[in-house]
Amino acid sequence: MKFGVVVFPGSNCDHDALYATSKNVAAESVEIWHKDTNIPSDVSCVILPGGFSFGDYLRCGSIASFSPIMKEVINFANKGGYVIGICNGFQILTESGLLPGTLLRNESLNFVCKDVYLKVENNNNIFTKDLKKDSVLRIPVAHGEGNYYADDNTIEKLENNNQIVFRYSDVNGEITKESNPNGAINNIAGICNEKGNVLGMMPHPERYSDEILGCNDGVGIFNSILKNINN
Amino acid sequence: MSNQELYSEIDVNVNVAKELGLTEAEYEKILEVLGRVPTYTELGVYSVMWSEHCSYKNSILQLKTLPRSGKNLLVEAGEENAGLIDIGDGYGIAFKIESHNHPSAIEPFQGAATGVGGILRDIFSMGARPIAALNSLRFGKLDDERTKYLLRGVVKGISHYGNCFGVPTVGGEIYFDNSYKGNPLVNAMAVGIVEVGKTASAAAKGVGNPVFIFGSSTGRDGIHGASLLASREFDEHTEDMRPTVQVGDPFEEKKLLEATLEMIDQGLIVSVQDMGAAGISCSTSEMSATNGLGMDVELDDIPLRETDMSAYEIMLSESQERMLAVIEKGREQEAIDIAAKWDITMKKVAVVTDQNRINLNYKGKKVAALDAHSLVLGGGAPVYVREASEPKYMQETRNFNLDSLKTDLTQTEILYKLLTDPTIASKRWVYEQYDSQVRTNTVNIKGDAAVLRLKEIPGKGIAMKTDCNSTHVYLNPYKGGMGAVCESARNVACVGARPVAITNCLNFGNPYDPEVYFQFSEAIKGMGDACRRLETPVTGGNVSFHNETKTSAINPTPTIGMLGLIDDLTKVMSSEFKNEGDDIYLLGSDRKEIGGSQYLKTIFDKVVGDAPDIDIDEEANLIDAILELIGEGVINSAHDTSEGGITVCLAEKAMSSDGLGCQVNIDGDNASLFGESHSRIIISASPEQATRISEIAVEYNLGLLKMGTVIEDDFIINDSINEPVEKLLAAYESALPNIMNK
Repeated sequence: MKFGVVVFPGSNCDHDALYATSKNVAAESVEIWHKDTNIPSDVSCVILPGGFSFGDYLRCGSIASFSPIMKEVINFANKGGYVIGICNGFQILTESGLLPGTLLRNESLNFVCKDVYLKVENNNNIFTKDLKKDSVLRIPVAHGEGNYYADDNTIEKLENNNQIVFRYSDVNGEITKESNPNGAINNIAGICNEKGNVLGMMPHPERYSDEILGCNDGVGIFNSILKNINN
Repeated sequence: MSNQELYSEIDVNVNVAKELGLTEAEYEKILEVLGRVPTYTELGVYSVMWSEHCSYKNSILQLKTLPRSGKNLLVEAGEENAGLIDIGDGYGIAFKIESHNHPSAIEPFQGAATGVGGILRDIFSMGARPIAALNSLRFGKLDDERTKYLLRGVVKGISHYGNCFGVPTVGGEIYFDNSYKGNPLVNAMAVGIVEVGKTASAAAKGVGNPVFIFGSSTGRDGIHGASLLASREFDEHTEDMRPTVQVGDPFEEKKLLEATLEMIDQGLIVSVQDMGAAGISCSTSEMSATNGLGMDVELDDIPLRETDMSAYEIMLSESQERMLAVIEKGREQEAIDIAAKWDITMKKVAVVTDQNRINLNYKGKKVAALDAHSLVLGGGAPVYVREASEPKYMQETRNFNLDSLKTDLTQTEILYKLLTDPTIASKRWVYEQYDSQVRTNTVNIKGDAAVLRLKEIPGKGIAMKTDCNSTHVYLNPYKGGMGAVCESARNVACVGARPVAITNCLNFGNPYDPEVYFQFSEAIKGMGDACRRLETPVTGGNVSFHNETKTSAINPTPTIGMLGLIDDLTKVMSSEFKNEGDDIYLLGSDRKEIGGSQYLKTIFDKVVGDAPDIDIDEEANLIDAILELIGEGVINSAHDTSEGGITVCLAEKAMSSDGLGCQVNIDGDNASLFGESHSRIIISASPEQATRISEIAVEYNLGLLKMGTVIEDDFIINDSINEPVEKLLAAYESALPNIMNK
């Protein structure tokens, strides 16, 4: 099982994703340059990492969605390949149309970096299959534009299709206004597509994948991918 | 060379020189060095290179008295762009702190952002990858809109640049004091890691090697930033200097980082220096002067943002995100390919010569022919000793009768006033705007110093802290300078790291004022004595003079950036109480020193008394003792006492814990509760460790006072303070948001 981490100019969590998936998880992990025009055939999960691809200029994720590799990522996803976008990666996924909605500026208008609690809303996909439904993870966020927004119809569809994977919650799993770090609709922290093979999330599981950093609640996601893709 | 061959766009005379910030004597010296009248471009280059900011002309003799070498130092202070410490296992840590005060005062967002950008370039131009950033900030009191605007802008600027670049901002400190009103301090520190043997040098080598500029194009931003803005006081014309503030582009810097490290890794770079203060003037002359070489520069080849720029403007531009590199001849294309990969412009602009001359050609004319050596610090740049005299205010502050200050406030009320004073209150509003975790090395940022693991050396880590209590320095520059070193060393030791070296950022007023110069030279003496005893040499840093407005100078602020090494990350210590029933001790002694305390400032609005005493041997012993206590796993928490004294220290230990408080019995006078004596650490440990703790205290000849016990929920001191910790925490956390979100 191999992870492929796409490196855009301005990606700055690419090394962290590579480290988490190759050192904290028993998998292999390779870099994929954004100007490349193919995804190595042995890569079974593509990670679009966090950071500020193309400086967040124009709109977060918008320029990256036109990088040559994104055509391949879209093909890969359409054929059922697994894709996870973290933070800026989530923004790239909405910009490239692989996921619905968009990420607006945080309600506070400030960048926010802190630990949040995430309630696992559904485990009907490989990303969270090994996590317990309704369990609570502690994972950090670090973004200026993580305020998930979509029109009412889209939100209704996401809710009805069980596409909300993570919601911001308090430590007990209660979905409260206070636990929402950015103003996202319905406390949405992460969603998947209808088929369940593309996940976008604002929090950074790769940052809490190592016990020495005080928490490894994030490693469960990578382990779930690893185990269930191999199966 | 005769003068006729050189083209000058404007005729130069002494008045032109004065407009550019040079003195008459300095202009005479230029005439003497050149043996002729300089061209306008040459005069411009001299004016920036001989400015206070670049030449250290009023500080270098003092700086040379500091201990600048030691067993762990891989380069000596001032030799390269940043200090470099050998941490063993084949790796080095590059680190440096630098000021960006003047730009931040007039354009806080860009001023602070480019301050971060500049210090990051200093680190990666050494070949080191930045792994942490810190910042030390000073503002006036938050009671006017302008100061809030400055704080908001500076924090946003740091956040914008550091977050986008991808370096975690892991620590720093902020003080609010009206001496900084109108002249805030923004000191940015960066830390990087590099494999020993893979470092890059700034000294040009190899006659005939091509010199390339890469990164951003050169524009009109920042012209005379170093000479006319940073080397002068603030007055009614300062606002007109806004165009001298550079505009930062962290995305370009991130690409520049990756391209630079890739070129160094491939062995393509002979030497490299970033363009900071004084832009191309500084990089060409400094890189050339070290080995007595020169450069022939074709200014027409420099990528420009605007077509009609003059040679003078090109040489003085401080546009950000630019690097100058000597590339191994014959391998130019490989370097160009790497730049192209990262979408970075790279152009050959010069050739290294053996002439010790910087020759500048532009539009078919020779516009400058300068002796590189004559321009630089350690070469021909002027060096001055200034007159020093003890400030008159020191008589008054020293002799002030502290007993005359009486208050009707209860100690509980005093505690709340201190916890909600912005200097002490929680800085969460600030630090949550910084990405503190990118690169996944951040172990803890909430203790006395930031702790990072090093992926390159599993099991090992580093600790970092910036510090300076400028109230203490104001009252007693010698003791204050010493105290800044001691406190930062103590902080680093409290997390279990051995302090190894410092970088410093010396922020002072106008050096031509004898009282300011006294503060400066005394603070250096104190700092030097502390560094020698604690074996933490000075690896470099920066001097920022002229921090004053029309009414007054800032408090003298020699900020220390301390680096510590952690051999065993599993033993890292943090400050909060851990277990109910643990004993609480004060390691060190209570000297009842209330002079210069935050208590006097917050309650009486007074900066009086003398700075607390320091027995440097006691401090050294305390550091050894705490490291032994942590290394042996004897204690469960450690936090040094600083602003707000013992009471605030205990409150911080309680507020950062998980539902724990304390019951403590100590001398109950305000001087004991709120005094800020040095060399004290409050620790907690399980009762069975009592014997070992007193053995270690005896071994190191330190005072040890059992103060009380860790309890649940409440904060109790004697019979005068009894508050729920939750209530203290609510006050402590809400203070800054209440002010800033109003």
